Order: sequence, then structure tokens, then C-alpha cells
Amino acid sequence: MKIALLGNPNTGKSSVFNLLTGLRQQVGNFPGVTVDKRSGFIQIDQVQHELIDFPGTYSIYPRSKEETVVYDVLSDPTHSQHPDQVIFVVDASNLQRNLLFFTQVYDLGIPCVLVLNMWDLAQKKGITISVEDLGALFPGVPIVTSNARIGLGKDRILTAIKSFGDHQLTFQPFYNSGKLCKVEDVKCQKLEAEERLQKIKTALSKVVQTKSSEAESISRKIDRILIHPIAGYLIFAFVLMVIFQFIFTFANAPMNWIDLLFSHFSAWSSEVIPKGMVSDLISQGIIPGIGGVVVFVPQIAMLFFFISILEESGYLSRVVFIMDRLMRPFGLNGKSVVPLMSSVACAIPGIMATRTISNWKERLITILVAPFMSCSARIPVYTLLISLVIPKTYLFGFVNLQGIVLFALYSLGIVFALLISFLLKLMIKQKEKGFLLLELPDYKNPRWGNVFINVLEKVKIFILDAGKIILAISIILWFLASFGPDMDGAAHGLSKTRTYQSMTKKEQTIAMDACKLSHSYIGILGKGMEPIIKPLGYNWKIGISLITSFAAREVFVGSLATIYAVQDDSEEQALLIDRMRNEVKADGTPVFNLASGVSLMVFYVFAMQCMATLAVVKRETNSWKWPIIQLIFMGVLAYLAAWFTFVILS
Amino acid sequence: MVNTLDHVGLRQVVEIVSVDHSPISSKLTEMGLVSGQLITTLFRAPFGDPIAIELNGTVLSLRLEEAQFIEVKA
Repeated sequence: MKIALLGNPNTGKSSVFNLLTGLRQQVGNFPGVTVDKRSGFIQIDQVQHELIDFPGTYSIYPRSKEETVVYDVLSDPTHSQHPDQVIFVVDASNLQRNLLFFTQVYDLGIPCVLVLNMWDLAQKKGITISVEDLGALFPGVPIVTSNARIGLGKDRILTAIKSFGDHQLTFQPFYNSGKLCKVEDVKCQKLEAEERLQKIKTALSKVVQTKSSEAESISRKIDRILIHPIAGYLIFAFVLMVIFQFIFTFANAPMNWIDLLFSHFSAWSSEVIPKGMVSDLISQGIIPGIGGVVVFVPQIAMLFFFISILEESGYLSRVVFIMDRLMRPFGLNGKSVVPLMSSVACAIPGIMATRTISNWKERLITILVAPFMSCSARIPVYTLLISLVIPKTYLFGFVNLQGIVLFALYSLGIVFALLISFLLKLMIKQKEKGFLLLELPDYKNPRWGNVFINVLEKVKIFILDAGKIILAISIILWFLASFGPDMDGAAHGLSKTRTYQSMTKKEQTIAMDACKLSHSYIGILGKGMEPIIKPLGYNWKIGISLITSFAAREVFVGSLATIYAVQDDSEEQALLIDRMRNEVKADGTPVFNLASGVSLMVFYVFAMQCMATLAVVKRETNSWKWPIIQLIFMGVLAYLAAWFTFVILS
Repeated sequence: MVNTLDHVGLRQVVEIVSVDHSPISSKLTEMGLVSGQLITTLFRAPFGDPIAIELNGTVLSLRLEEAQFIEVKA
């Protein structure tokens, strides 16, 4: 049997879902739309039932393209997801508004269980509800109370589901027998909502008693500080700082462990599997490819840990509230702030966090500009290039010039994210107008179980959905870097030279790697693109590193190290910088000077050099169209900006 | 005196007279903004927009351009 979980946002619906299914959850998409479909199994009397969590909505009529799934599924009894039963969760302290959507579902004739959640909170607010009188309004509907946040009500809900039997006999429509307005017919929907609410209000007057309390609630008091014109922004900035400090301090270690683990695993597999192409494919293609997926997990997990806490506590909607006005001129929404800020750590969780933006255009713009925010993978590239071409001098005696350049690169990313948003706002046409109309729920302590499940879900989505694409691209990149039309010949030639023979074993490996890479397909591509990148001040060695770093930006440093035949570790970085500094063009001038170095940094500010981000954009937009557009426009912008920089500085 | 919600000062209790027709009028209604409903204006975001109002114990935020469709009286 299919059971749908429905209800308004902020009713503790996901707490109820977690309570009923525990960890036995799956997450996917509803067919055709990018709305998370969470489903799980509940067992009643040895029979498994599928529980499907629908997005929280205020009505059966959609507010956005994404919410149409609720309307489509419920209005069409032949739909593959159409439920046999509904568990409808309402906030007991706000029955009137919550029952609007409930009566719409009830009138469709689908058997419903009505869950009065947050029962304790309603009582605390001085609201008393006569469950018996409420039940009389909806014949055939079992009504249960719950307090899912602290785990109360599971048995009652399950018992209620079992108690179905003679629903058809007792069912009496509340307002009409399931005749729906058309999705576009706003007038019809408004009239229906008004009449339903009127009817509900009259009916509830006998069911609900409210003792109004004059005292200002705690949430209002907290709001005075968190929404304060100055303190509000300062607190938000402080919260962001704490989150980033935490991520940069604690994500690095597990990322290094993952790197280390996979490189050991790769070395081990190349020893145990008989030498050959299969062995190379596994040890150098597949295992590092999987490692390249898993390495993102610490950052994704940590960011969603914090985002979930902000969301659960109710603070996130205040952030939206205070940021909305600032983001609107750029075609963005207050809800774009957290995804964009998260992208400073990593664009992947940032883009995944855009699901809360209900307006498709605003969400798309946020996704498209998120990679302009300078993520942590750019830091190794920036630091290498800065120490290479920016002198360690102080302006006015105390302002570190290198620091200024780093700051400028970050600012450039932010400025362009906003600028491009603005342009996209003018370019992308959409009928549906963005609106806010957002509930500011009372502040609560976050439920750690919900936070944990949310983190797990995001990690799972990333590994399963985006992981496939990342793995496929990394195998292609591996192939292009390990094979070439005349690689063996070149390697053979190198091994015959006198200098090679006089090297130590370790030096020989390093030299051989350099030789192989420059004769691989990627090497050939890099050399082939030299005429294209020459106007930017780059040579083919940089070209190769640009291609390999499509895997991830930080690979740029490793590739240069391979090409310049030095080992890529922190002690040898000075050596790499030395070699790069001594690199000269045909006319004897250095390759890496101020102009080409800064141009390269600017290139990395703009270019979509991250296959994992592309994979996530594909997942979140449900098509290849947007990731490809993004790849191209960011690439063109990067090229033009880098060229401009090079021309100005040289 | 009838006014639109975007022109009401803070910490005032007003009654909704009507919700004008607009692409989002049904959405406003579904949030409980119907004629006869009492609402309290609570606070404004920095820069004056959006605003937060309370109705039936819940707090709702809406942009001024959304609030202008709601006619209220003191």
C-alpha cells in the first residue's frame, strides 16, 4: 500500500516521517521534477507499506512549478504515485490554516489519518482542542495527537492506519466532493480558499478554545535582536564565521585521511592485480576516481550539519528575512544567501542547498552563479601563484600585498556572482513571479536525529547521483593522461639518455612521469591549445594543467609538479616555485611574470574547473542543458577576463 | 480608514478588508489572509522590506509588493 505524508511546512512533518521510518529511507526525485522524494517503509502486522513524504505545501494548488507534483499526484487517481492512504500532519496550534489543505485532500475521498502534531506546544500556548468534536467534522478520519520531535505518537499513528476499514461508508465531504480548480485559475482557487477557511472557522469555534496570553513570546524577544538592523547582520556574519572556521579547521584532516587511504589502496591494488591495462585502470583510474568523490564528503556533511541546525532552529528563515531586500535587485532571493555563502567552502553543498528556493528562476540563477564564489579548492592554486609572482612587500609598511591580492580574488568572485545574476535576471524569461510569503516559525532547539538524517541524505544524494558522473569523467581524464600515440617511444627515448641513466631511482620515476604526461593525449591537447592560450600568457605546460585540473582545481598544482618533474609535497613546493620561476619563453623572458600569473589567477576565479560541481548541477537541474551552458559561459568569461588582465598588466 | 498593508505602521492591530486580485492572491488567502482576519504588524527587516505580521499565533513575512494587495482598516 502507498501512504502519502502531507502537510504544511513547519508542522514537524519530517519529524513524523523520521519517527515512522527511522533510518529506512530512500531519497530520489519525483518523476520529471527536481523535488526530493523521500520515501521509506513502515511495517504494520507483517505487511510493508511505502510511506512517501511530499513537499510541505499550504494548499493542493502549487505555488511554484516544483510544487505541482502534489497537485498532479493527488488529483490523478491513475498516477503511479497516487496514495491509497494519507497521513496528514498539522500543527495543533494553528489548526485553522492547516485544515485548509487537509479538507482539500479529505474531500478527494482518500482515506486520511489526521495527526495533530506539536500537541504540547499548543497546550503551552493555551490552546485546547476537543479531539472528539474535531472528529465529528470529518467522519471516518482517525485523529491522533503526537509530539514527533520528542518521539511521541508513533504507535498511535500506526494503530490509526490499521483501523481503516469502512471508510467509504462513513465518508462525507466537508466542502465539496473533490472538485478541483484548474492550476492556472487563481480566482477559483482564491474563492475556494476563502469559503473553506470560512467554513473551517465556523466549525472550529466549537472545537478549539484559546486562552490568549498577553505576554510577548520568547521568539518575539529573540527576534528583536536577530532582526535588528545592525545586530542582525553582525550576528549573521558571526554565525557564518564560526561555520567557516569550523569547516576549515576540521574538514582538512578527514580529507587528507581519505586522500591517503585511497592512494594506499591504489598502490596496494597495483601490487596485487597482475600488471596490465586492467590493473592501471583500477589503480589509477577507478580508485582515485572514487577517492575524488569521497573526498568531498567531509565538507558536504559539515556544511549540511550547520545548515540543518540553522533550519531546525528557525534561524534560517530570519536570515532569509533580513537578506531578501539586498538580494532582490540581483534576481536572487533571501534564500539564495545560504547557498552562496556555503559555496565559499565548496560549491557542491551550496548548489544542493538551493532546493529550498521555490521559484525556479531564482533557484536556477543561484545555481549558475554559485561556482563564482571562491571555494576552498582554489586556495592551493592561489597560494602557489601568489607566492610565485606577487612580491612579499608591505604597502604603507603594514598591509601585506600578497594578502591584498588574495582578498581581491575573493571579492572579484563575489562581485561577478552578483553581476552575472543581474544579467541572468534580465535574460531568463519566466511567467511565474517570485514571491516571499514565508513563515517565521518559533525558535526551537534543533532535533539532532533530524539533523543527522538530513546530513546522511545529502551525502547519499551526492555519492549516488553525482558520484557516477564524477567517476566517469575521472576515468576519461585518466585515460587521456595515461595514453598517447607515441608515449612508449618517448619513454624509451628518455630511458636511453645519459642524464636519465645517471639519475637516482626516485629522480628517474619523476622524470619518466613528466615525459609520459607531456606525450599523453592530454599533453598533446595542451600543446595543441598553446596558440589559444598564448594571448593569456600561458604555455603548453600550463595548458596541460588546465585540462587535468578540470577534475578539481587543486589538481593544477599537482600537475604542474609532475610536468616540472618535482614531487608534489609541501617541502618540494619551494622547488616547484623555483623551477616555474626559471621557466623562460623562446625569447628568454620568464613565462611566469606578474601579468601571466595574475591572469592565471583570474582565470581560476571564473572558470568552471570542477567536474563534481557540473555533476551536481546536472543532478539539481535534471538535465545536461544547464551544466553545459554554465561550463561554456564560465569558460568564455574566464578566458576574456584572463586575457584582459594579461594585456593590462604586461 | 482603509489602507493597504504596506502602509501600516508597526505594532498595530488591523483587520483585513479585502485581498485584491493578483497572481498571488490565492496564495495570500491560503496563508489565512482573508477578509475579517485580524493581523498585527510586528517588525520590518532592515531597509524596511520585507515586513513580518502575526495572525492566529503564527508569524508571516511578506514583501511590501505583496503587502500592497491587502487592504486593511484599523
